[in-house]
Amino acid sequence: MRIAICVKEVPDPSAEKRIDEGTSRLVRAGENTLNPYDRHAIEAAVRIKEGPAPDTEITVVTVGPESAARSVDRALAQGGDRSVHVADEAAAGSDLLGTARILAAALRRDQYDLILLGQQAADAECYVMAGLVAELLELPCVTQAASIELGDGSVTVKRQVETGYDTVKAQTPCVVSVSDAINDPRYPPLPAIMGAKKKPHEVLALADLGVDPATVGAAGAGTRVGGLSRPEGRGDTVLIEDDGSAAEKIMEFLVEKKVVA
Amino acid sequence: MAGIAVLCEVQGGQVAKGSLGVLEEAARLGQAIGEPVTAVVTGSGLDDAALAALGGHGAATVVAVDDPRLGAGLAQPVVDACAAAQEAGQYRYWLAGASIMTADAMAGLAARLGAGIVIDAVELHADGSDLVTRRSGLGDSVLAHCGFTTPVGVVVTRANSFAPTEGASGSAPVERIQPSFRSWSEGVELVGHEDAEDSGPDIGAADVLVAGGRGLGDAGGFAVIEDCAAAFGGAVAATRAVVDAGWYPYSAQVGQTGKTVSPKLYIACGISGAIQHKVGMQGSGTIVAINKDKNAPIFDYADLGVVGDLHDIVPKLTELIRARG
Ligand SMILES: Cc1cc2nc3c(=O)[nH]c(=O)nc-3n(C[C@H](O)[C@H](O)[C@H](O)COP(=O)(O)OP(=O)(O)OC[C@H]3O[C@@H](n4cnc5c(N)ncnc54)[C@H](O)[C@@H]3O)c2cc1C
Ligand SMILES: Nc1ncnc2c1ncn2[C@@H]1O[C@H](COP(=O)(O)O)[C@@H](O)[C@H]1O
Repeated sequence: MRIAICVKEVPDPSAEKRIDEGTSRLVRAGENTLNPYDRHAIEAAVRIKEGPAPDTEITVVTVGPESAARSVDRALAQGGDRSVHVADEAAAGSDLLGTARILAAALRRDQYDLILLGQQAADAECYVMAGLVAELLELPCVTQAASIELGDGSVTVKRQVETGYDTVKAQTPCVVSVSDAINDPRYPPLPAIMGAKKKPHEVLALADLGVDPATVGAAGAGTRVGGLSRPEGRGDTVLIEDDGSAAEKIMEFLVEKKVVA
Repeated sequence: MAGIAVLCEVQGGQVAKGSLGVLEEAARLGQAIGEPVTAVVTGSGLDDAALAALGGHGAATVVAVDDPRLGAGLAQPVVDACAAAQEAGQYRYWLAGASIMTADAMAGLAARLGAGIVIDAVELHADGSDLVTRRSGLGDSVLAHCGFTTPVGVVVTRANSFAPTEGASGSAPVERIQPSFRSWSEGVELVGHEDAEDSGPDIGAADVLVAGGRGLGDAGGFAVIEDCAAAFGGAVAATRAVVDAGWYPYSAQVGQTGKTVSPKLYIACGISGAIQHKVGMQGSGTIVAINKDKNAPIFDYADLGVVGDLHDIVPKLTELIRARG
């Protein structure tokens, strides 16, 4: 079977975050990494390939600047077979809808049985890309999968909803986003990391996909950020490092706050 | 384009509280920008009296889309329902309070209409006759003032951002419409449901909650959390990650799809602090967080943050609490 995984490069979640006050855009300088949530989607695909469908081909698809190639390699090292990377200046500043349009165009080029996404991007925490892409591709969609079972012409997914767990069956081809609890992604061994660069990489421009630049990027964005402000915080956080006495310090704090007598 | 449509979700036979809160907020916004508010209710076997009662929460009119296919909590048929409502009403804005179903449905609708979409909005404001949302970003360190350039704008508001008034009364005219379903919307089928298990202590009533996340390492890691909670005379809470992984029962889950709690003390152990967890516990009196990673977002909204290993710290804390008697 053919599986596509949408992966995004994000600023390292463990690094300091900043928004450029001039452009209102997230500052993407510094260390970027593969969105940690997407590693679960790759792992899910690799397990399908190692298990029920050994003849599976795994394609990693991303929309992002040239520098995102590093994250693509990272995804390939984890078990992808080839990559499709849409890199185009005109895509810069795309909002959710713009990114979805480009992704859908890239995914439409090939026939996939299953299109997997992460539960959310660590930078934007949006969790709706699967719904956008599925509608543009006119495919069935299931989000936040806690497990995926392969059937004949379908996948069966267990997912959490507000009232408990639903089990749903989706006809393939379909779009599925996976919860971060679906598996424990493996760390690729060194040879796999070295080998990733040699796998087939396709780098495409919007024109290659027939995407009208006016419908994506900053020019085609349906949303506009008109300003920024600071939210009211919770107040001052007291941050301490454990030097062996953290438990005592927590007690002191709770007594001072009169939470414990 | 005119007017504001609010997607109202039916859960357990009733319009969800989150939907009612957004409906009321939409009514306030509608006053300010001069747009009437329509409640669009999708479901199966909708009751006329309950629909009309949405007038008490700010709806000028109610559009009901009633079909067995809309009763399973699946998002794509709801996209078709909303698209049918849009065709009839030509609304300028679509709003919904975040849930698993509504977020996906609004995404699908935005894609179909070519509408700009804002997720996780925490405030709705008027800018002249336009809507401008406040969308928080970067772990809630900044609020982006986000408006639309498309004829239709779609907004999903963060869970628990708007609470409905209790005992509201009023009535609005109800119109029923019928959608046509797209083939791909019928490609997903609900084949089973497990109800959230409601046995065990009621975490909503506990004064102290000791919460565990994936940092516990495995299901066995909950033993230290249970000990600590017992020492405090409190209860155990959990994140979705560990509930999904089967480490702890769903009834203990705090967050967007779990429970909303406000104990006097919340001790978060090995929890990163994703927004979807935060919305369920930010109302707690005092928040203590223990995490190995000094950049973990949970520290942004804790009163006391402890950078360290929970396996070292929590058992010691349990001893100290026990020693106080
Ligand atoms: C639509 C939607 C709804 C959701 N609903 C919910 C919800 O209701 N509730 C919810 O909780 N989540 C929800 N989520 C998921 C949420 O986004 C996060 O994925 C989840 O909360 C992460 O759980 P976690 O903190 O346990 O795991 P992780 O994010 O993996 O964090 C584990 C943390 O443990 C720390 N750690 C590791 N080892 C140790 C140690 N020895 N000592 C101390 N710290 C350690 C790590 O530094 C890390 O910060 C939802 C997501 C979506 C998209
Ligand atoms: N630029 C992108 N390129 C490829 N995939 C993306 C991109 N942005 C988002 N995604 C996918 O969509 C998921 C959810 O992202 P979001 O809805 O932006 O939070 C991610 O986990 C990725 O799988």
